[in-house]
Amino acid sequence: MLDLTGYDSLGAALRDALARFAGEVCLIEADREKEKERLTYLDFQRRAHPLARGLQDSGFAAGHRASIIMTNQSKWLISAYAIFFRGGVLVPLDYKLTPPEHWQLLKHSGATVLITEYHIWRQLAADPGRAGSAVGIILVTEAPPSADLHGALRWEEFRGAADPDLIPRQRTDTACIVYSSGTGGRPKGCMMAHECYLSQCVALTSLYPFWPGVRYLSILPTNHAVDFMVGFIGPFTCGAAVVHLRTLRPEFVREAFTRYKITYVTLVPAVLKNLQKGLQERFAALPPAKRALLNAMIALNKLLTRGRPRLWISRRLLPQVHKAFGGELLAIVVGGAFSEPQNLQFFYDLGIPVANGYGLTEACTVITVNDLKPFRADTVGKPLPGVEVRIVNPGQDGIGEVAARGRTIMSGYLNEPELTAETIVDGWLMTGDIGRLDSSGHLQLFGRKKNMIVTEEGKNIYPEDIENVFAGLPVKEFCVFAANFVWPRRSMTGEQLVLVVHPDSGGPSEEDLLREINARNSRLLNYKRIHGVVFWKEDFPLTASLKIKRNVLAEQLARLERESAVRSL
Amino acid sequence: MRTLEQTTQEVLTLAAQHFNVLIGSLSPADDFFKKLGINSLQALELLTRLENHFGIELPDYEVQGVSDFRTLAERIQSRL
Repeated sequence: MLDLTGYDSLGAALRDALARFAGEVCLIEADREKEKERLTYLDFQRRAHPLARGLQDSGFAAGHRASIIMTNQSKWLISAYAIFFRGGVLVPLDYKLTPPEHWQLLKHSGATVLITEYHIWRQLAADPGRAGSAVGIILVTEAPPSADLHGALRWEEFRGAADPDLIPRQRTDTACIVYSSGTGGRPKGCMMAHECYLSQCVALTSLYPFWPGVRYLSILPTNHAVDFMVGFIGPFTCGAAVVHLRTLRPEFVREAFTRYKITYVTLVPAVLKNLQKGLQERFAALPPAKRALLNAMIALNKLLTRGRPRLWISRRLLPQVHKAFGGELLAIVVGGAFSEPQNLQFFYDLGIPVANGYGLTEACTVITVNDLKPFRADTVGKPLPGVEVRIVNPGQDGIGEVAARGRTIMSGYLNEPELTAETIVDGWLMTGDIGRLDSSGHLQLFGRKKNMIVTEEGKNIYPEDIENVFAGLPVKEFCVFAANFVWPRRSMTGEQLVLVVHPDSGGPSEEDLLREINARNSRLLNYKRIHGVVFWKEDFPLTASLKIKRNVLAEQLARLERESAVRSL
Repeated sequence: MRTLEQTTQEVLTLAAQHFNVLIGSLSPADDFFKKLGINSLQALELLTRLENHFGIELPDYEVQGVSDFRTLAERIQSRL
């Protein structure tokens, strides 16, 4: 791997990686059964440098912001590299957001360049949210030859002939603005310095190394902090290969493991659970004798891997299981949300180490990670080298708010000094999560202090971000809460959102309101939906500027019994 | 050539079979996430079954943000 301590920017580090690993494969792109593309680092450079030159010729320079809204594919990484090469700030956005949400964040970020895919651009171009945006250059990939591009340019044709000039950056300069929320409420654009990524990459690869020949299967969207690190910066600075799939159908994902002999993959807990279910069904369908043998092998494997993983033993004891994962899998990284311990243990017992951890966008990628010495499914691992974790105001049981400090923490939220001051206190990132450090230094999580939920699919949902859809509801007032914020529960899974409504006297009946709420709820993407409604008969506590005092209202609601107060939808 | 109505009915039938619910219990306006209690991963599984049945390819992005059977059927119809 490159010695990243000697670099000040991602652009310079990646430039040298492309030269150093020129002959190694860096990207494989597959679409269903077909392999669409296989690029070496040299091929990558030959595609990226003309793009960087194109950006240079159009005036794109240090500190300019460029957004990428794309599914996981080679052009995502090529574009990101070109942006870093030119000293730009990358604004990666989730391609699954709606066009109004995209435009809102594009405006907030101040992006002047947008790089996207044709099918996404079709929707963005038609959305009125475009008015007032600073985006001047729009590059669209894979547009059909006769397509009307509505002022955009073709990515494939946007190239400069001369060699581009690398613009040096300092470690403290912002490399990315990553949105952790704010599509409906207050945008939280985390400003991540080059330092964050360079430091985190060194720390992470010391535990989970990459090298030429390693193949990382990139499934989580690359705009997500985890995939950006382990599906781009990590493998690229070590000469490894990244495999992209253009469809995420479970059957093609399964096939990719064997076809490409995957070494690492990152999955969200929902996918891991699905995999477990599939395997358990296959095990249950085995004839009794084979099943008994399998169980005996699993028991033996558990015994032999109690202290640490021993992959060569596990692969011999359980060859069929390992073959289904390609036979070369070193670990499954689980990210995006909290995983249930029994789910993690299931895979570890089969001899497939699971690198579970805990992190926030605000902390670059992870704060803690399981070092597998030994594997502890009941914890989220130990602090990453270089990251300090402490528990603020712990109770007698040692449980309190988790705070983290280190070089990987963001510099702040874009244009939000007050929010930044509330979140980073004396250099410590206040995570809003509740946990405890055990005697061996492993972090255990017990719940959240903050008013938000994280779904099993790794989506962070903030109540303020979905309240828009209920605007104009025929009630006196309403507010959305994470149920566990109102009624604290020591759990990181099965989190739900509830809508609290204060009906208008003389307004619609509760049943009519429920119908209306249901109709509006179904306009939200399925993972953003509320799960229940609380009918509240009192006025909401308001600030002098007539905003709802959410904390006070939550305290009042907490006096109700959760089960009887919440009407499920 | 199927009509949209026929396509919709076939989508409902296949979804009911795939998720093991009564065929008559699903209607075009139903939100499949809610009605079938499935997540986005399971919805993707259904797509493969629909593709095989209709003999078409549906890129993942075509069903991005779609949650009711009628819209799903319209997307399929446009590719028949």
